[in-house]
Amino acid sequence: MKVFLLFFAAIFINNFILARFLGICPFLGVSKKLETALGMGLAVIFVMTVSSAIAWTLDRLLISLGLDFLRTIVFIVVIATFVQFVELFLKKTNPGLYEALGIFLPLITTNCAILGVVILNSMMKLGFLEAVFHALGSSLGFTMALVIFAGVREKLEMYDLPEPFRGTAGALITAGLLSMAFMGFQGMVKI
Amino acid sequence: MSRMKELVKGFVKENPTYVQVLGMCPTLAVTTNAVNGLGMGLATTFVLTLSNVVISSIRKLVPEKIRIPIFIVVIATFVTIIDLLMHAYLYDLWKTLGLYIPLIVVNCIIMGRAEAYASKHGALDSLMDGIGMGLGFTGSLVLLGSIRELFGNGTIFGIKVWSLRVFLGILPPGAYITLGLLSGLFVFVGKKRGDKK
Repeated sequence: MKVFLLFFAAIFINNFILARFLGICPFLGVSKKLETALGMGLAVIFVMTVSSAIAWTLDRLLISLGLDFLRTIVFIVVIATFVQFVELFLKKTNPGLYEALGIFLPLITTNCAILGVVILNSMMKLGFLEAVFHALGSSLGFTMALVIFAGVREKLEMYDLPEPFRGTAGALITAGLLSMAFMGFQGMVKI
Repeated sequence: MSRMKELVKGFVKENPTYVQVLGMCPTLAVTTNAVNGLGMGLATTFVLTLSNVVISSIRKLVPEKIRIPIFIVVIATFVTIIDLLMHAYLYDLWKTLGLYIPLIVVNCIIMGRAEAYASKHGALDSLMDGIGMGLGFTGSLVLLGSIRELFGNGTIFGIKVWSLRVFLGILPPGAYITLGLLSGLFVFVGKKRGDKK
């Protein structure tokens, strides 16, 4: 039961972008077009879920060795390596998908959402299944917010905004309104 | 004189938050009040300055191809140091900032400065660049934190200013909207100045 609560809470209530402010750089950077937003979202779903499974195992290992202060360093190295590996693997086995995700994969290493979910799992002391579903929910929530936002932004391009608010400033305010809408979900699930 | 320039450019002209739009996650997440903003800013300045110095001193030894992983490890080491230091001496602040302290590792300002500046310049220049950019970042966080605290709670740094409270200020949407308005203002002022010249 807790697994499902975590999953849905991660999508709607503690949405990574709109409530926790993780992964804002890609959120502002690749949200100009629906297509690229979707590509980024898919890459994040994959990398986030798998790397949280790997990191969970390593976290246990570090704790049992009494080295848990090394967590940050180990996690970031694992994520960076994993992303490299996925890139090489996809290039060899599935060039189509590689083309589609290509540019987004290296960007993911510095996406704080990935490191964020891994550290959150460790802080909340989640079990393996909980950690994986938490990551899956978070990345789905991330993708959802990214895609909605890209849709809004595509429309926004056509309107005559005051000059200083074209670009980042306007995007931030749009995100604020979106985040306000998502606040309606607040308090629906208590963990 | 030129060293001073390295220091000052981060404050306004190349301000990391409003002009370069880097490091957005901590900027939005921890600025619910001015004190948190200040704490986060100084922690980032610490990491940025030291990693800048180390990276620029080892820049000639590091092979081109694996420089990014090496930079990340250097940065992560300093982040771990500040994390443990804050845990020991500033426990309350450490607890409120929580998740966002380890996340300094992936703050794009730090990697950005390492890649764009420290890996190409000498240690002393990089030190200045680190301090300047760090303080510029701290300044923007404190500004944003103060505004949100003022409207959300009627105080600045915990000192009461008025009894007006717009609760939205300290909630997530308030972060986006305040930052959006501020960066709009920055662009507007920048344009006005450019026109005068």
